This record gives sequence, C-alpha cells and structure tokens, in this order.
Amino acid sequence: MVPEILSDLVFDYTLRNVALGSALLGIVGGVLGTFAVLRRQGLLGDALSHTALPGIAIAFLLTNSKAPLVLMLGAAVAGWLGTLIIINLVRETRISEDSALGIVLTVFFGAGIVLLTYIQHNRGANQAGLDKFLFGQAATLVERTVLQMGAVGLVALLIVAVFYKEFKLLSFDPEFTASLGFPVRWLDVVLTSLIVAAVVIGLQTVGVVLMAAMLIGPAAAARQWTNQLGVMIFLSALFGATAGVAGSIISVQAARIPTGPMIVLCMTAIVLVSILFAPARGIVWEAIRLRRARKRNLERRRAELRGEPA
Amino acid sequence: MTFLTSEQVILLTGIFAASSCALVGSFLVLRRMAMMADAISHAILPGLVFSFVLANGPTLFVGIFGASLAGLTTVVAVEALQRTGLLKSDAAIGIVFPAMFAIGTVLVTRYFSDVHLDADAILYGEIAFSPFDLLIIGNTNYGSYPLIVLMLMTVVNLLAILLFYKELKLATFDAGLAAALGFSPAVIHYGLMTLVSMTTVGAFSAVGAILVVALMIVPAATAYLLTDRLGLMIALSVAAGAVSAVLGYYAAVAFDVSISGMMVVMLGILFALAALFSPSQGIVSKLFRRRRQRERFAADLLVMHLHHHRTASESPAHLAAELDWTEPWLARIIDRAQRDRHVELRDGRIALTPTATKPRTRSLGR
Repeated sequence: MVPEILSDLVFDYTLRNVALGSALLGIVGGVLGTFAVLRRQGLLGDALSHTALPGIAIAFLLTNSKAPLVLMLGAAVAGWLGTLIIINLVRETRISEDSALGIVLTVFFGAGIVLLTYIQHNRGANQAGLDKFLFGQAATLVERTVLQMGAVGLVALLIVAVFYKEFKLLSFDPEFTASLGFPVRWLDVVLTSLIVAAVVIGLQTVGVVLMAAMLIGPAAAARQWTNQLGVMIFLSALFGATAGVAGSIISVQAARIPTGPMIVLCMTAIVLVSILFAPARGIVWEAIRLRRARKRNLERRRAELRGEPA
Repeated sequence: MTFLTSEQVILLTGIFAASSCALVGSFLVLRRMAMMADAISHAILPGLVFSFVLANGPTLFVGIFGASLAGLTTVVAVEALQRTGLLKSDAAIGIVFPAMFAIGTVLVTRYFSDVHLDADAILYGEIAFSPFDLLIIGNTNYGSYPLIVLMLMTVVNLLAILLFYKELKLATFDAGLAAALGFSPAVIHYGLMTLVSMTTVGAFSAVGAILVVALMIVPAATAYLLTDRLGLMIALSVAAGAVSAVLGYYAAVAFDVSISGMMVVMLGILFALAALFSPSQGIVSKLFRRRRQRERFAADLLVMHLHHHRTASESPAHLAAELDWTEPWLARIIDRAQRDRHVELRDGRIALTPTATKPRTRSLGR
C-alpha cells in the first residue's frame, strides 16, 4: 500500500499535481501564516480570501478568460482593496477590527455572489468553474497552474527572505521598529500583500472558505514546538506541506472525499497533536508536571507534619 | 399565511431575516464578537448534517436543535483553546471553524451529494425558493416555512432582548460590574450565543452561511456609527436591515441576480454611507470638521496677532509673511474673521473691529 502511494505520488499525473499544489500552498501559507499569527492577524487571511471572490468575477467579466493567472490577478486586486478598507475603517472610525473584518468579508462576498449569478444568467455556460473557487478545485489542478502557483509562491518566499529581519522586528515590536526608522507602514503593506499572494494560491486548492485554516493552522501548530522564529517558520512550512500531501493522498484514495476539506482536517489533526503533546508547552505534559508537583508538595507536607526535617 | 403572493413571501422573508439578525447583531458588534458569529455560521454545517441524518430529512426543530448545539460547541471549543494560553483568540477561531466546516463538507459530499443538502446552497442560500418551501403539518398548509421560522426567531429575539435588556446592556458595557452585581456574564454570554446560533440556523436556509453574518454585523455596525444609545442602535440596525432587504430584492429582480447577495450589497452601501457621512463618526464629516477647526483657530490667531501688535492696521502681504501663511489661506482666514466681525478692511489693510479690540479668544479658553 505505502510503496504504491509513493509511486503514485511521482507517476500519477493527477495525484502528483494535487499533492504538489497542496504542498506548495502548505509551505507558502505556513511561512506567511507565521507572521500573521504572531501579529494576531490570522483572520485577515479569512477576510482576504472572501474578498477575492468579486475580484475573480470582475476579472472574468472584463477579460472573458478563465486563465488562472488572470483570475489570480483579479483576486489579488480585490484582496488588496479589502485590506485597505479594513485598515482605514479601524483607523478612521470607531468600528473595531473584528467588525471591520466581518463587514468587508461579508459585503465583498455578497457582491461576489451577485456577480457570479450575473455571469451565470448572462454568459450562460461560459461561467462553469468560477464557483469552484468557493471550495477549491484541487482535484482538477493541471501542471501549468501548479507551475504558476509555484512561481507566485517562490517570489513571495524570496521577498520574505530579503525582508526577514524587518518582518521579524515588525512582528514582535512594531513601536521599536518605527523608532529605529523603518518604514513600518510600507513593511505592513508588503507583508499583507504577501498574504494576499498566499490566499490567491490557496483559492485554487482549498477554496475561499477554508483558506483561513491553511494560514493559521501550520503556524499555530509550529508555535507550540519552538520559541525561535526561524525554527517556527521552518516547522510551519513543514506542517503545512505535510497536511497538503496527506490530505491529497487520502482524498484520492477514498471515494467521494473532497480534497480541500480533507487537507484542512489533516491540518487540524496536526494542530491538536501539537497542542496536546508538544514538549514544554503541550497540555498533556503540563498536566503531568502539575500532578508531580502536587504529589511532591503533599509528601513534603506529610513529612513536616510527622516532624521530620524537610 | 397561504394568502401571500410569492413576491410578498420573499420580501417578508428578507425583512424578517434581517430583523431577527439585526436584533442580536448589535450586541455582537459591541462585544467585539463579529468574527465569532462568522465562526458559528460556518460551524453549524455539521450540526445540520447530523440532524438531517437523525431526523431522516430536513425538519424544523431537530435542525434548529442540532445546529444550535454545533454553534455552541464552536463557542466552547474556541474559548477552551484560548484558555489553554497556547493560542490567541484569532488563531483559536481560525482553527475551529474551518475544521467544523470541513467536517460538514466531507459529510455532505460523501453521503448527501445527491440529496437536497447542497454545499453551495449552504454557503449562499436561495431566498427565491422560500415561497415554495412549505410547512405542512398533517394536511394543513401553513405557508412558507423559512418565513414562519424567521418570524418566530424575530419574536424570540425581541422577547429575549426586552426581558433581559438591562442585563445584556450591563454585561456588554461593563462585564466586571455585571459580575460584581451578581449577573453571571457567562450565563448572559452563552444565552446570547444560543440566540445567535438559533437565528443563524433560521436565516440560513434563506440567505446562506456567510450572508447571515452580514445581516448580523453590517446593520449593527451602521447603526453604531450613527448613535451612542443602545436602544436607538438596535432600532436603527433593524431598520437598516429591513430597508436593505427591500431595496436588495428590487435591485436583484431588476438585474436578474442573487437576491440574498444583493441584500448584502445594499447593506454594504448603507454602511459605506454611514462610514463616510455620519455626523459624528463619518470620515468625510471628520474632514470637514477638522478643516473648520483649523480655520477657526487660524482666525483666532489672526485676531491675537493684530491685537498684539497694536498697530492700527496691517497689509495682507506683511501678515502673510509674518504668519508664514500662503496668500489663499490668508484670504480665506480674513474672510472668515470678517464674517465673525472680528476684523475689517480699511483701504486694503486689515484692522480689528472695535468690538474685537479686546478679543475673547476661544482658542485660549477665555
């Protein structure tokens, strides 16, 4: 069974593309999610993936093309616009951040649904496939799309490598970063744009709704195993890729299991294991430590009561 | 309610969906739990699937019960994860609801892909079907099933808010004081979350999982920009929701697009108007206010300057140089000070009016 799966991974066209695409999403989502989670912006990814929907629809309406690159561009522009609105709502009005996220997310999504139905009713069969972005279409990934996703992901990772020191500072101490003279607002924009890139990759694979899990999950799991940013980024990418490949394999092996949700469930399993069993932070070890300490205290107290020196 | 035309049923369904959601939405916005509502709306999917299996078909009470249970499970799970201290609140929410939604989607595609339950419909619903989804008990046809559920939920939410208004208000604005006075914030919190879950289920068949969140948050946020009073905020948000339901319906019919989507777009437009032009909070209103304040301050400065120098009058060019102001700005300020009758023009030179020779400068608080 296992060798069979491994050979399928390499030689089966569909599985190879699905697994590669999902692993790619896991890596890019994992790396960028690390910064998002540390900056408590995990849900921004969720909002951005929903705002992408009208962008995809408008890109299609304008160009009449379903080329992934065109649709990705539309998604990115819409995601960007959504972020801009969220940032300004929080800065200029008394709307709190979570409400701003919720408003932009739902209104953009509503507009996206309106546009999708418009396309459906006016362009007829031509729209088929656009609504696949809701749940992703990992199973139908073709080699060219995977390569394009890889290119976008590679650029995003390179930018992270170049600005690593700045992003690290920004994530842990934005005030200090500003006081050192770094252009904090620009760094913020760059980092957010990279998250948009990750979301755009994710739309192809897990879809709008489940994208949040692929940004937050790997980083939240990785956080439990280490206190070092570099190690956390590496682990996060590893966890993301593992979930992507595992989910693809399971969904291809079993009948009628959608790929996107399966990847997310694998990711959730990794998070749960990390929370329970990660050394130092895991709940299980913590409980054992607590029990031991309690026992030790109890024995010491008994000894005291018997009049023995502690 | 079999006497209604299908257009009336759709309109009323929209209005009651918006009203029931807006009633609880105000508290969600004030308690900064907007994203929790988003999480609940996604997480009820597995609850619906399980109750679908249990009841062997879509039934009203089992469905509401199962989905509410799933909603509450989400809230409890998110809070438990947060309490471990290992995850921040946004990460906890972002892990729980995709997991619940993924379980639901897997169940739907694996077991119900050829049945009535459809993942797309769950995401954005279809209010246009509400007139044909009939509640039939025995042999009696009671009319549109979503409409009846939403009317019921509106009444339930209204009653809950009226009965516990004081408690909700207190727990929302000062949870510490509420606890000190003996009103358990936890009970109020979970009570509210139960209402949110039930309302979500009710509105869900009409508008879908994501747009139901819009109906809760967007009208409440719009109202929050317009008033500082809780009662008025709730009333305004219900009104904003109902107005967008009606406008959205007619716009959707005109353009032949999704009705629920158009309702949300209308909500978005109303919110944008409030965010830009609300008298106290609007971005544009603030710009105007800042400009007015700058002008007024500059006019006061001008009066003080003239007063200090005790010259009979000064030329505009000299003033502009002295105050380091541009010519157009100086002209605007002189105009403003003239309108306030603090300065006057004498042979092209600027002088204080007799009444302003001892200026009561507002800027200095005198």
